[in-house]
Amino acid sequence: MSPPVPALPTPRDVYFFATCVVDMFEPEAGLDAIAVLEHAGLRVTFPEAQTCCGQPAYTTGFPEEALRVARAQLDLFPEPWPIVVPSGSCAGMIHHHWPRLFAHDAELSKRARDIASRVVEFTDFVVGTLGLDLADADDAPVKVALHTSCSARREMDTLRSGRAVLAALPGVELAHHDHESECCGFGGTFSVKHPEISAAMAGDKLDAIAATGCSTFVSADCGCLLNLNSTLAKRGTPLRGRHVASFLRERLRIASVEHGP
Amino acid sequence: MSAQASQRARSAIFARLRDADAPVPHAVPDVQGYYDGLPATPGDDATRFAERARGWQAEVIETTPEGWPAALAALVSERRLRRVLAGRDTAIADTLAAVLPSMDLHWYDESLETFKPTLFNEVDAGITTTLGGIAETGSLILWPDVREPRTLSLVPPLHIAILRASTLQPTLHAAMHAQGWAAAMPTNVLLVTGPSKTADIQRLLVYGAHGPKQLVILLVRDEAMP
Amino acid sequence: MSAVRPVADPLAFKDNARIVVADPVLRRSFRGAMDFLTDKRAAQFPDVAGFNRLRALGESIRQYALANLPQLLGQLEERLAERGVHVHWAENAEDANRLFLEIAQRHDAKLMVKGKSMVSEEIELNHRMAEHGIDCVETDMGEYILQLDHDRPSHIIMPAIHKTKEDVARIFAEHIPGAGYTEDVNELIAIGRRALRDKFATAKIGVSGVNFLVAETGSIVLVENEGNGRLSTTVPDVHIAITGIEKVIAKLEHVAPLFTLLTRSATGQAVTTYLNVISGPRREGEKDGPREQHLILLDNGRTQAYREERFRATLQCIRCGACMNHCPVYARVGGLSYGTTYPGPIGAIISPHLMNLESTRDLPTASSLCGACGEVCPVGIPIPDLLMRLREAARHDEPVAQQRKALKGQGGARRMLEVAAWKGWRLVYANSRIYRLVTWLATRCRRLLPGRQAGWTGTRVALRPAPRSLRERLAQRRPTPIPMDDTSKPAA
Repeated sequence: MSPPVPALPTPRDVYFFATCVVDMFEPEAGLDAIAVLEHAGLRVTFPEAQTCCGQPAYTTGFPEEALRVARAQLDLFPEPWPIVVPSGSCAGMIHHHWPRLFAHDAELSKRARDIASRVVEFTDFVVGTLGLDLADADDAPVKVALHTSCSARREMDTLRSGRAVLAALPGVELAHHDHESECCGFGGTFSVKHPEISAAMAGDKLDAIAATGCSTFVSADCGCLLNLNSTLAKRGTPLRGRHVASFLRERLRIASVEHGP
Repeated sequence: MSAQASQRARSAIFARLRDADAPVPHAVPDVQGYYDGLPATPGDDATRFAERARGWQAEVIETTPEGWPAALAALVSERRLRRVLAGRDTAIADTLAAVLPSMDLHWYDESLETFKPTLFNEVDAGITTTLGGIAETGSLILWPDVREPRTLSLVPPLHIAILRASTLQPTLHAAMHAQGWAAAMPTNVLLVTGPSKTADIQRLLVYGAHGPKQLVILLVRDEAMP
Repeated sequence: MSAVRPVADPLAFKDNARIVVADPVLRRSFRGAMDFLTDKRAAQFPDVAGFNRLRALGESIRQYALANLPQLLGQLEERLAERGVHVHWAENAEDANRLFLEIAQRHDAKLMVKGKSMVSEEIELNHRMAEHGIDCVETDMGEYILQLDHDRPSHIIMPAIHKTKEDVARIFAEHIPGAGYTEDVNELIAIGRRALRDKFATAKIGVSGVNFLVAETGSIVLVENEGNGRLSTTVPDVHIAITGIEKVIAKLEHVAPLFTLLTRSATGQAVTTYLNVISGPRREGEKDGPREQHLILLDNGRTQAYREERFRATLQCIRCGACMNHCPVYARVGGLSYGTTYPGPIGAIISPHLMNLESTRDLPTASSLCGACGEVCPVGIPIPDLLMRLREAARHDEPVAQQRKALKGQGGARRMLEVAAWKGWRLVYANSRIYRLVTWLATRCRRLLPGRQAGWTGTRVALRPAPRSLRERLAQRRPTPIPMDDTSKPAA
């Protein structure tokens, strides 16, 4: 298995496709991802007109609606730069499903395939392309669990990158949890169409993570985090999951982008 | 009437299949290529066979071309098998008759309809030949026929099989080709791997479900020694 | 173990699932069973590359068979006829049951012994025969236990996986004359063996399913551990095999890789006790074997799955059950909750064709699309993709693409509110100006959003937008405002 984007010479410029969840619900994760990228010396371009990859409609059975939304993103990445996405499932949607979504139209399909080939999940990009040196990061001991979203794991191979990032950070102990590869129960509209089953999956996942005694857990998928953190908040326990970019920014002692540069 | 209904159903089914999206043409699967590409397995087939068969709770007695009749006689006597059943006119029939007490040895001569009460209630063991074995899985290859009926290896609580190591094949796929199964297909071909078993109650493995409770293999080491 | 008995109706799926999920004993029991099966499978496929090579071969064999299905069925029929096997065709369950009944009546048979066959469950053979005074006895230990208890299989490979040994002890003591109460599993199996031996010896008809049909040789291939399949197909005078039309494969050698994929994926065994290749009834001079052999080939919706290329992969299935063993939803709700013959992910993609999309509409959505099923499928069925296509068909009265035909029950889950919601979503998300306006409003009005959000807030706090969106916060750090729609300016 190889990372979706081969280890190229480090680019000067990247696009940042934030995803709708990050834009509206988890802006900190987006800011932190941008901070890490800029810290590595990259110029980050955030196309203002971006909205969503179309995944929610696509997986619910409304491909036509998904197509219209995805179509509106096709014009936003004219330069041949990598497109960094801070969410594995959205990256997977663009990488695997956009080419199929536009298969009926040769011209659109060509552009979708071009974009698909440049899309890279944030953690993958940090490990596979940037090769960011993490040795100087904060080395205060901390025990961290890792939750990889299923589509990220199966469509984007981000498990390896997630583990690699945590392994490269000094002081970080990776706490393996029971049934680690199992889904957290989010699954987009699945979580509201089958709430009891979804809740049972989220509950089991959180029990397993909590059982490791970790102080936090990280994930590269904001859908999973939304599900798990909302459940934890309802439980009233202090444990929370964090986006891997936020954890990374903190360990690298990088100032938030809003205060710099 | 039923034949007509069946024909009507057949026509309707075929019409629907032919009316479907044209199939994407598909290359003939390269089964041979797959098996050719597998890494070579170390060790000889007989050793591997014995190890695998034992893993499935078969009892494997390794013996020689000269020694197997005595080993069989000892087995029958030690287990106090009172009624042992075998097929007449097989390659081993004369040897069986020579080494087993005639009181204990019975031939499968009747057809199943009349033989059922005896077969189901009185036979202690069935002895069969084998067409070969499969080293990869520890399986026996049986082609039941007029001499050795299908139930001979199935109904008695103990199945004793005579297997010549020279007839072992590395894999099922190799056996199918080496023994020309497709061209000579008899009414029944069996692979038998260990005694019958089930794990249907709480996933707990129990041997002796509906078929034999025990399987003893006399593995005759007759292969050419290097 | 539990008095919970889910309703045999896929429309009851959500209610069934709710009951089971709330039962901690059932939950633990399913989880234990699934962990056992997934661990055993994993041990059989230690290296991913090796599995992928074998799976590619299995996939190619099944795709090749489907690509040539009409020809292969014709060839199979011809070969079987040459070997003296009667081949029958059934469009639906009613056809198939009528065929069974006619054969039974011709032989004046009052008792049938049956090896494990999911297709016979699909046509409800036992019940239909009972209506005509014919006793159809299950002989697979798990199925036998369920039949005695008037229960249904919850797994296609381990049918009684939801029963404990205490359950079986009680069921046997109640229903088998002379059987005392014992929780010793060896004893229990011995009791079952004794009780069923009589049935094997006296039944006139033996019924079986089929694992593979070989067109090249005209063979019926059965895979099993217990020996009941061999007894059912050997001892009675008449053998009737029933299966779906998709089970045919082209060549005998195709059995070898499919057999190993099946046993390793299903129960984590390198091989089963028996591989039984049957090619015709008893011949002149043979002393046993059935005198008459029948094969019933059932459609029952399979031609619908075949009709369109995009659903055809559904029929590649070899019924190993690995997708259910690895499914986090199945592990929590159990097989009975689905209310269909085939539960779990494979059930969710095949049942809409066998039944209809309206009555099975909640099954394709009962997946987080985590992909575990597709990952372990030994013949490469893209189960998550097929689930999405069925979700689409259930929500559109007409197929989205013009050239496609409607499925049975097409549009069965279409609700105007949901349709309108996605149209509204499209309006917002396909237009960045509207999107920005809506985001701006949502972040300002975040406190006004309802605290109860259907489906979400049962076990979670309500979703609230952040006080300011990412784009606003990025814009604020800029020295000068970036014009709208400028797509190439760096953020910093």
